[in-house]
Amino acid sequence: MHELSLSSAIVDTVERHADGRRVTTVTMTIGSLRQVVAESLSFYFEIVSRGRVCEGATLEQNYVEARVRCVPCDRGWTLDQPIFRCPDCGGSEIEVLSGEEFEVDSIDVTEEEAACIAPR
Amino acid sequence: MHRTKVKVAEDALDANTTIAQANRGDFDRDGVSVVNLMSAPGAGKTTLLESVFGMGLGDVRAGVLEGDVQGSMDADRIAHFHVPVTQINTDSGFGGECHLDANMVRSALGTLPLADIDLLVIENVGNLVCPAEFRVGEDARAMICSVTEGEDKPLKYPLMFRACEMVVVNKIDLLPHLDFDVDKLLYNVETVNPGAKHQLVSARTGEGVEAFRDWLVGVGEREKATA
Repeated sequence: MHELSLSSAIVDTVERHADGRRVTTVTMTIGSLRQVVAESLSFYFEIVSRGRVCEGATLEQNYVEARVRCVPCDRGWTLDQPIFRCPDCGGSEIEVLSGEEFEVDSIDVTEEEAACIAPR
Repeated sequence: MHRTKVKVAEDALDANTTIAQANRGDFDRDGVSVVNLMSAPGAGKTTLLESVFGMGLGDVRAGVLEGDVQGSMDADRIAHFHVPVTQINTDSGFGGECHLDANMVRSALGTLPLADIDLLVIENVGNLVCPAEFRVGEDARAMICSVTEGEDKPLKYPLMFRACEMVVVNKIDLLPHLDFDVDKLLYNVETVNPGAKHQLVSARTGEGVEAFRDWLVGVGEREKATA
């Protein structure tokens, strides 16, 4: 359900970087610990984008798995459930190596030739 | 017409974080420590605050920022305790925002006498998901999980349970009537957020509330010590 709030944050970020240009693709890196539902994010992104520079843009979502490491025993593993406890030593001092990302990597923009001479 | 790829490499919540830092700057300037209090709707945020204020905070001067989609019922309840309180309604957002973000808090700061407040409690909109994503400039984040909600909630809402350093378990006066297993809940809290503090309370009877009050006051003292 937080995909609506997150979509607004994405569109605001895109708008600041688009500099008025039309955006056709937004590429993101999203960690699995953010509990984002991809279909839901695309759905809300499309709605929130209406009337903004990224209206109709494709949202490319690249998901990163949650990699963690047990600090005492140095075991690394991938989380598929939110269990922050070492399966080997039972330790709970767990370092998150990846999976918390929610980053706009890049945007594809189209530039009209005429825009080069038009005052911004 | 040609296409260009523009590198952004920015966390989508950076804009919120920047405003949260500005809020934090204002709080620090006036020596205000801030606790962001979150929970599902009906877990007892306002009732717990009423219980705390009824008990008194000693010489700590408190203030409250109330976040709700609509209405000022909660702010009215807090105002009975002669605590400065501001209500933020989020219904002007798209369908009624389900959380407070840094900008909403910023817009309300001018209505609070920050110079006369030592501890500001921000009671977030009742929701176990979105508030966890948006920092508002707080020093500490606490959440309430009531015993009518089920022991598995930490595993279902890890984002929220991981965001908080204090988990208050409320409505323990109801335990005799429920099949709720407190140890199982606390095990699940420890599973998703190792080292998180917890406090069992009944905001209704007052049991355990004193310890939570002391934690709230402690957040302020901790901030002073590191200032």
